[in-house]
Amino acid sequence: MSTATDATAAGTAEPATAASAANTLKPIPTRGLVEITKVRKAFGATEVLKDITLTVEPGGVAVIVGPSGSGKSTLLRTINHLEKVDGGFIAIDGTLVGYEVRGNKLHELREKDILKQRTEIGMVFQNFNLFPHLTALENVTEAPVVAPRSGKARRSKAEARERGLELLDRVGLKDRAGAYPRQLSGGQQQRVAIARALALDPKILLFDEPTSALDPELVNEVLDVIRELATSGTTLIIVTHEMGFARDVADTVVFMDQGRIVEQGHPQDIFTNPREKRTQSFFSKVIEPAFNI
Amino acid sequence: MSSAATTVAQSVPGAVASAVAAQETGTGSTPNSPTPPGAVPGGTGGRGPATDYADYRIIPARHPWRWVGTAVVALGVAGIAWSLATNPRWEWGVVAQWFTAQSIVNGLLETLKLTAISGALGFILGFVLALMRLSASPLLVSVSWTFSWIFRSTPLLVQMLLWYNLGYLYEKISLGIPFTDIRFFEAQTTTLISQFAAAVLGLTLNQAAYSAEIIRGGILSVDQGQLEAAAALGIPAWRRSTRIVLPQAMRAILPTAFNEVIGLVKGTSIVYVLAYSELFYTVQVIYNRTQQVLPLLLVATLWYVVITSVLSIFQYYIERHYSKGAVRTLPLTPLQKARKFFATHAPASRDTARERGIR
Repeated sequence: MSTATDATAAGTAEPATAASAANTLKPIPTRGLVEITKVRKAFGATEVLKDITLTVEPGGVAVIVGPSGSGKSTLLRTINHLEKVDGGFIAIDGTLVGYEVRGNKLHELREKDILKQRTEIGMVFQNFNLFPHLTALENVTEAPVVAPRSGKARRSKAEARERGLELLDRVGLKDRAGAYPRQLSGGQQQRVAIARALALDPKILLFDEPTSALDPELVNEVLDVIRELATSGTTLIIVTHEMGFARDVADTVVFMDQGRIVEQGHPQDIFTNPREKRTQSFFSKVIEPAFNI
Repeated sequence: MSSAATTVAQSVPGAVASAVAAQETGTGSTPNSPTPPGAVPGGTGGRGPATDYADYRIIPARHPWRWVGTAVVALGVAGIAWSLATNPRWEWGVVAQWFTAQSIVNGLLETLKLTAISGALGFILGFVLALMRLSASPLLVSVSWTFSWIFRSTPLLVQMLLWYNLGYLYEKISLGIPFTDIRFFEAQTTTLISQFAAAVLGLTLNQAAYSAEIIRGGILSVDQGQLEAAAALGIPAWRRSTRIVLPQAMRAILPTAFNEVIGLVKGTSIVYVLAYSELFYTVQVIYNRTQQVLPLLLVATLWYVVITSVLSIFQYYIERHYSKGAVRTLPLTPLQKARKFFATHAPASRDTARERGIR
């Protein structure tokens, strides 16, 4: 645990202390406020997101649950602009994602500036998407060396390597740094993917069903890493089907169905007495009867 | 069948000895009813009584039909070799005399030069065409498509002659701004397009049309998730292509690309129509003079075989390089296999289960 805190401190100490010195009234996590306002998105004739409005506080942990096809993953992918929205807007710490405000016009950002924004937002995919021809360490060090970062210099190879080994250590895989992804188990691959997402010191981490492609006995090793991240002050937005984990780790649970947010709130409230009928029927199907609150 | 019988027969004495040993040491406790000693090692199950087989000698399985097949093929190969060596009409003396002759070596160097230049330029242009074809711009897509369409439809021979006779179609070639009188550069077509230039132009453009499709296929074979992950990490577009996509695409590109390069080596022989003195044209000139047609064609063929063999070795190691991470463990190279063979087969006769690590 101590190494984990050190690692975070090493990467984020300066901006965090500067901000808290300037404004002592705010709580410790000051970066990573996500504001999603009236976001709409359609693929052809199918509307997948209908007027989504959601706020995740800095350092907050929001878990999005819901039946498949409800738009959870699409919503997640709009946050780092992998999907363009058709309407509404998304802001991170007050800065619009994908657009720039000039006067009273929204200018679409150029590729380079979008990439800069993305380096503040880490993403972990269901299928890991590790680069199979690079070792675990090379996977982690690739982006910090080449990605354009706003206000920060690109890392030198040596720095990136040192930080990469630190991160692999943090996810318990320091001894597998030289292994290729195919030589690792699914759980190990996903932990490398998490280390890779952390390598740019993001304000926000997005998890798109991080355990859905894993064998049941490998799920926990990944969830444990995410649990540890939940206390690190980084904002986490997690799409998952692991209800027990959602209850443990979330401070907000968001239930989505058919492109809308049906209900959101503290996990205790949502799981024990959901207000909406749709939420009740969903939880009655996915939560086993023996589930203890 | 006979081999299986021998195995059992050979195993019996050892089995008896070890069964006795097992009883003495008390290690071979058998939960089932006691089995006759001879039946133990020959038995098919392998899950029988838990006897300790560690000191048994291992008799490798015999494959008599494999030997028969090998003998038949070896006989055929020997027959061909014999006829090649003894039929005087092959005129090996003439082949040997011309094989390293100065004019032939010069022709060979020209062939290698043409292959290297048009191969390299062809694949570079092909890469650009593949990227154009995959781009979002409809204009770039259709230009790339049209290029491949035209150059894959026209016989290489026609392309060669067309480039060489470009001076007939256009007297002068100039570089300037279209629809104005501004010219940066102007020259007579016939002085600009030499035999060499026509050969390189024809081969390059033809090669580019084919390699564009090969490279495009390779790029398409890479999982979309790879691009997405790279984009999510903020990796710039050019780096995404060269560092993430292309190395993975190479696995699909390389086998076909080497096919193309090997085809190109021999394809260069078509420039004989331009009277360009590469290997094949040189050989023709010589046999027209000496009338030793077959031996001289053999000289050219042998050189093509040498080039192809060297390229095949390159191909093997380059493919191996790009298969890093694609397989859990890389297979051994032929050299490593040979070393391993000699290391393990020398003391093969004294192999026991314990030495092989079988428990």
